Amino acid sequence: MRVSSRWTRNSRSLLAAVSGLLLSGCADYGLFAAAGPVAEAQRSHLLLIVGWMLVVSLPLFVALPFVLWRYRQRNRKADYRPDWEFSRLLETLIWGLPIVVVSVLGYEAWRQTYRLDPYRPIPADRPPVEIQVVGMDWKWLFIYPAAGVAAVNEVILPVGRPVRFRLTSATVLQSFMIPRLGGQMYAMPGMVSQLNLIATRAGEYRGLNTQFNGEGFARQKFIARAVSEARYRQLLAGMAATEAALDAATLARLRRASVLDSPLRFGSVDGDPFNAIVAQLRRGGGYAFTPAVGAR
Amino acid sequence: MEDGYWLLGRLDWQALPFVRAWRHPSVSEWIGAGAGGLVVIAALAVLVMLTRRKAWRRLWDGWLTSLDHKKIGIMYVVIALVMLTRALIEAVLMRMQQFAAVGDPGFLSPEHFSQLFSTHGTVMIFFMAMPFLTGIINYVMPLQIGARDVSFPLLNSISLMLTAAGAALVMISLVVGQFSTGGWSAYPPYTGIQFSPGVGPDYWIWAVTLSSIASTLSGLNFAVTIYKERAPGMTLFRMPLFCWTTLCTSILMIFAMAPLTVASLMLALDRYAGFHFFTAEAGGNLMNYANLFWLFGHPEVYILILPAFGVYSSVISTYSGKTLYGYKSLVYATLAIAVLSFTVWLHHFFTMGQTANVNAIFGIATMLIGVPTGVKVYDWLLTLLRGRIRFTAPMLFSIMFLVTFVVGGITGVILANPPVDFVVHNSLFLVAHFHNMLIPGLLFGMIAATQHWFPKAFGFRLDETWGKISFWCWAVGFYLAFMPLYALGLMGAMRRTSEWLRPDYSPLMLIALLGALLLFAGFVSLLVQLGVSVRHRDRYRVPVGDPWDGHSLEWATSAPPPEYNFALIPRVEARDAFRQMKRRGIAYARPEAYTDIAMPKNSAVGPIIGLAGAGLGFALTWHIGWLAVLGFSVIVGAVIARSFVRETERLIPAASVREHHERWLDAVAATPRVPRVQELCPSNRGHAEPMA
Ligand code: HEM
Ligand SMILES: [Cu+2]
Repeated sequence: MRVSSRWTRNSRSLLAAVSGLLLSGCADYGLFAAAGPVAEAQRSHLLLIVGWMLVVSLPLFVALPFVLWRYRQRNRKADYRPDWEFSRLLETLIWGLPIVVVSVLGYEAWRQTYRLDPYRPIPADRPPVEIQVVGMDWKWLFIYPAAGVAAVNEVILPVGRPVRFRLTSATVLQSFMIPRLGGQMYAMPGMVSQLNLIATRAGEYRGLNTQFNGEGFARQKFIARAVSEARYRQLLAGMAATEAALDAATLARLRRASVLDSPLRFGSVDGDPFNAIVAQLRRGGGYAFTPAVGAR
Repeated sequence: MEDGYWLLGRLDWQALPFVRAWRHPSVSEWIGAGAGGLVVIAALAVLVMLTRRKAWRRLWDGWLTSLDHKKIGIMYVVIALVMLTRALIEAVLMRMQQFAAVGDPGFLSPEHFSQLFSTHGTVMIFFMAMPFLTGIINYVMPLQIGARDVSFPLLNSISLMLTAAGAALVMISLVVGQFSTGGWSAYPPYTGIQFSPGVGPDYWIWAVTLSSIASTLSGLNFAVTIYKERAPGMTLFRMPLFCWTTLCTSILMIFAMAPLTVASLMLALDRYAGFHFFTAEAGGNLMNYANLFWLFGHPEVYILILPAFGVYSSVISTYSGKTLYGYKSLVYATLAIAVLSFTVWLHHFFTMGQTANVNAIFGIATMLIGVPTGVKVYDWLLTLLRGRIRFTAPMLFSIMFLVTFVVGGITGVILANPPVDFVVHNSLFLVAHFHNMLIPGLLFGMIAATQHWFPKAFGFRLDETWGKISFWCWAVGFYLAFMPLYALGLMGAMRRTSEWLRPDYSPLMLIALLGALLLFAGFVSLLVQLGVSVRHRDRYRVPVGDPWDGHSLEWATSAPPPEYNFALIPRVEARDAFRQMKRRGIAYARPEAYTDIAMPKNSAVGPIIGLAGAGLGFALTWHIGWLAVLGFSVIVGAVIARSFVRETERLIPAASVREHHERWLDAVAATPRVPRVQELCPSNRGHAEPMA
């Protein structure tokens, strides 16, 4: 019974999705729908690579069918040179062309790697917002040190202003990503990494962990809300008015493995939990993991 | 400590999937119990069949204790096929789950799903791909260089049995306990004792350790064989390209397996003895594991792919009736790839937070590998040029490889660019990419190799129609199964995800599922092909041994070859040695004199070490002290005992060599030569009319 109803449900959503996909041409997805300059630059770099790679691969795609057809066994008219094994000209070409293409691509890779270095502050006329991110089993904790507020599974970003995420993990290796804004960065226990991003369009973007970390992995998602600067201030002020506090007891509860159904907000933050978690994991014995707690 | 701990360690009833399914019934658990049951039933069926046919003795004397490189090669391939069956079923299950789990939890629990991708990946790499290529190398390489066996036949048997032991551990994990959920790469601290307190990672550690030790030994064996056992006149630059790629793969095995063995043993120390190599605390660092693992992992992909490159070189030149274009180019390109493969491991974690400098250097190094690889593809294309191309099954697989591999190469260069990798790392784009390299670059190669060399090994050809049916399933199935994953990856779908929260993934997931089913049909067709060919084997016999107008020495002897391969070691005067002999009319010449031939005697040391190795791995996994001590002592004891054995060789008298050889030569003389147009007819008894 259950299975069959699921199948009808699936086939219905399938129809809807096919038509949706055809109409929208993959709109609002990951790189196809970049919502910030980082993701846009990554997409155009990708297209450039594909273009140059076609220079070396198109000759094969074109020549192979021709060669196969012309030199098929039955075609006795084609010449047959069983001992032909070398041509200086062709040899120069097949080494030369890839070398040229790889040189161009290597140069571009070098340039873009520097330009899009996730650690490089994004140039802008206003200073970046700093947000601390802690990957937990199976949720994300966001702390705004300047505003003294925090949230779980929801992050608010001001449009047009760079954001500097400082990342760590309270458990195993995780990887933090908001596909429509750009690349990902590992969040590692006992270490701090960085990711600089900027949203240039308002909207709600999906964020997630990309590195498998157990039962609740598939549900470790969060929402990134990009809003105008004014709205951003308003929302943070609203958060500050929340009664719940991110204190030691709450933190301990959060660090137990679980999946949350809806985001949490905290109006105040006790101490410096981000650096405390980093230091604690380095000292040792700091993992708080209870594998018995299920994903749902 | 509980009663019975000394006897059974951590084993208890809960370890059995049947008990788990009984206590917590669900589709997911029933599938687990069903798989366990299937393994038990299959094992029992094999045992009963062997007993009823009274085949134990034959199996033991003829196969398990044999040191003949050809038999060892065939046994490797059998292991690979058994494990391929399992891993493919798991792949189809994962595809079904990911299709069913769009906006829905699907029918597999997340735990079960993570075991599936972990075992699928581990099995495919360590117990399908590695045994398959090691088996093909074992069979073909000594014949191609005109040798009687590998340099260390007993070591060869030990490698085989250690591989079998590792594979057995992975199979046992279906029935006793559970496998790791940490993926094929087993990154700590997730696989550490804190986060994975069960036995899963221990199964992974010991299965992989057995396999990595076996592969190191195989690498040593093959490299020494190529350096020392070549027939007179077989200079390095006269070797068939397959031997060159084997040599490079062997060198990579020698140097690249060590970091894996070390990494898995360090992980074991973390788990068993409270060490802190890869924990966050006390100075440990998980990224050290990532470095060690990929220091193995990247060369590993070239270990997997290079032998297939050799197969394609043989197949393409044979079925286009031409010598290989750009032989030297291909050799240098292979060597370049082998060297460069050690310089790029960091591209597996561009997202670790290192400086742009480091990323740029490793990114560019990665792209550099594209140059020799591109050269190879064009060398094969030019080999086809001005040939007379026969579209046999192995050739079809090779052509499909050329096209598909280039697509994978393009996406590989995309991934080599750190800025783009930041977006697609860990996504289904990556999953699509590595399947796009491994299926054409490894599996198609191994399938082509079996189609090409099967008649040599068993004396009859494989059915061509089923070969072609299988080919079309593989070819179409591949594109259906993996092209959608590129799109899904760019849309932000991540690997190892057991359920999707986005309903619109459905259509692409459906296409991928259909593709996976088609791929599975391709595999089943190969089995059907085998059955049909065995049934009609008399029609397909090629006793003379040269059904394809081959170029290299393995075709110069009967099919199947005698235990000692060649009655008289051939003298090599040029590249394409056998082709040149046919040309000069000295193929199948009658030797003037015969000599006694010394061949290695059978030895039970291999199977004993394998069994003890499996016991040791099982004991360590379940903390069964006495069994671990026993297993270890048996291994050490067997090695010491063997060193006292004086008579390790058996003499085959010249008279019997003569009798056998002359009988074959008479058969050759009596068999009409067939031209290539009759290649697939029953008249092809393996005596080729040379094309040129
Ligand atoms: C032929 C049909 C195959 C199908 C349909 C298939 C399917 C899959 C699927 C569905 C996954 C999981 C993807 C995910 O994480 O979401 C996977 C992972 C993987 N596959 Fe395959 N696969 C096939 C063949 C192969 C072959 C031939 C190899 C290697 C020689 C291979 C190696 C792997 C590896 C290493 C992983 C990663 C496991 C991990 O995440 O740790 N697969 N495959
Ligand atoms: Cu790599």
